[in-house]
Amino acid sequence: MNNPALSKINSSFVRKSGVNRRLDSGFRILGIASTAFGLVVLLVLIIDIFLDGADRIKWDFFVSFPSRKPELAGILSAWVGTVWIMVLTALIALPLGIGAGIYLEEYARKNYLTNFIEINIANLAGVPSVIYGLLGLGLFVRYFNLDRSVLAGGLTLALLILPVIILSTREALRAIPSSIREASYALGATKWQTVQHQLFPAALGNIMTGVILAMSRAAGETAPLITIGALTYIAFLPQSPVAFSGGFPFIHFSLQGLFDPFTVLPIQIFNWVSRPQKGFFADAAAGIIVLLGLTLIMNAIAILLRHHYQKKVRW
Amino acid sequence: MLLKRKFILKTKEILIERLLFFCSLLSVVTTLGIILVLLFETLDFFKEVPVWQFLTDTQWTPLFVNKHFGILPLLCGTFLTTLIAISVAIPVGLASAVYLSEYASLKIRNIVKPLMEILAAVPTVVYGYFALLFVTPLLRKIIPDLSGFNSLSSGIVMGIMIIPLISSLSEDAMRAVPMGLREGAYAVGSNRLQVALRIVLPAALSGIIAASILAISRAIGETMIVAIAAGQQPRLTLNPLVPIQTITAYIVQISLGDTPHGTLEYRTIFACGMSLFIMTFILNIFSFKLKRRFQEIYE
Repeated sequence: MNNPALSKINSSFVRKSGVNRRLDSGFRILGIASTAFGLVVLLVLIIDIFLDGADRIKWDFFVSFPSRKPELAGILSAWVGTVWIMVLTALIALPLGIGAGIYLEEYARKNYLTNFIEINIANLAGVPSVIYGLLGLGLFVRYFNLDRSVLAGGLTLALLILPVIILSTREALRAIPSSIREASYALGATKWQTVQHQLFPAALGNIMTGVILAMSRAAGETAPLITIGALTYIAFLPQSPVAFSGGFPFIHFSLQGLFDPFTVLPIQIFNWVSRPQKGFFADAAAGIIVLLGLTLIMNAIAILLRHHYQKKVRW
Repeated sequence: MLLKRKFILKTKEILIERLLFFCSLLSVVTTLGIILVLLFETLDFFKEVPVWQFLTDTQWTPLFVNKHFGILPLLCGTFLTTLIAISVAIPVGLASAVYLSEYASLKIRNIVKPLMEILAAVPTVVYGYFALLFVTPLLRKIIPDLSGFNSLSSGIVMGIMIIPLISSLSEDAMRAVPMGLREGAYAVGSNRLQVALRIVLPAALSGIIAASILAISRAIGETMIVAIAAGQQPRLTLNPLVPIQTITAYIVQISLGDTPHGTLEYRTIFACGMSLFIMTFILNIFSFKLKRRFQEIYE
């Protein structure tokens, strides 16, 4: 260390490595802050909404129709509409989406058509939801004359979540090792028997995770339903599919409700947020508590389900 | 008897395969449906409004007596909110992705990632409420000139909404970088930051760009936040403090009114939808191709 030139190099090296270390730990803090940022905002959002709307969460709120007076308004037509739409969306999208996923993952040959379908699905997953609304408006509402009905809304949302269900079905199937398929074929099973008895049960947990996430998205969608013309103020319910009244046999089934107009929770919230009167903001916040509760519970179930299956299944 | 059974089994197999094939074809039909519906109404629209006027007129006033049909103000509003959103989302999302992929322990990652997913699962109408009634009043304390409706707060909130998208897709791309590259860099004395910035980021670049493009596409198509918090005044400005209108917010505004079917006003939303579809389509395809490329390299 007596050589002055060497000592200069050495000290600059020490300084530089000190700077590097500080940069490194500085970046760690930046990374933690960035990761925490979104989560802190989420927390603030939830607290803010609870402060605004928790007072309105009473029994009356759930069993009242919307009203011109903010303190009397409720979400009855909204939550009933949301239940209708979600059940219908699931009934349409689940078989089609899972079927398409099974075809693309298990049956499709690697050719031009399959490649085209894959690119197409990736693109559909990124098409803005409001465009699906325009599709629903042009196709279901006008062309098929379904008007602003529950059926038109359910069909529109089903098309919207179809790509999500297809993609998660494919991922779930891809995670199953090919040895399972080979074993099944070796026992003489046909392709469909393999899918039906081996692959589908094994993939079901992961498929359900994707399905629940897709349904939670459908529950929160607003724009496509506004675009197809779902009403923002509605003081009656779609006709119930099951009624207990009248004469024999005392229980009546009817699908007439499918053709009735509807509103859903997110649209009701949007309607209240866009009113100038401050009183409705509390209603909006209360509606959000219900909607957020619904989506967060669904997400929690999906996450737990995924966790459960990842832990349990060891190939 | 056996032959007959075999025949039934075979027919069943073929029928099921056909059925499943039609399910997957439905996605192509959906795309076709979108294009046809948009195309027919847009063509009718362009019969009355020349294309060049649509693309160059600087005013958008279809609901006024003096009608102008220039998409530029709406495009400008969309551009402005998207720009604000991605200037929030890309830096924050990337920093968070680098942290989660290179710094964080497995335990932290397992806790944080599901929480991030929740951030992405919050319905957009909730974010709209938050932008209008929390972020705007908060920002007004700092910027007194801010209007009640503005692109700044809706852009920021939209940015927060797409942080998880950028963060999780970029992290996937970074984790796909082979461990050997990192180990090589550590072996010659790099620290974590150097490995992250000089090895992992460049190697994962195409995946990160794909994620960012997807985020831009998402921001362009985002509807409820801007419909609630950005206002309903189409104007050609880059000032983030004043009310504007985006393409998506215009579609919502018209859909809420009682615009009769078959009128020019009704067709404007399809012309707007067409513009929106073309923009997001190009971005989505580009992102998909990029993503596929980076997957091919390392798998």
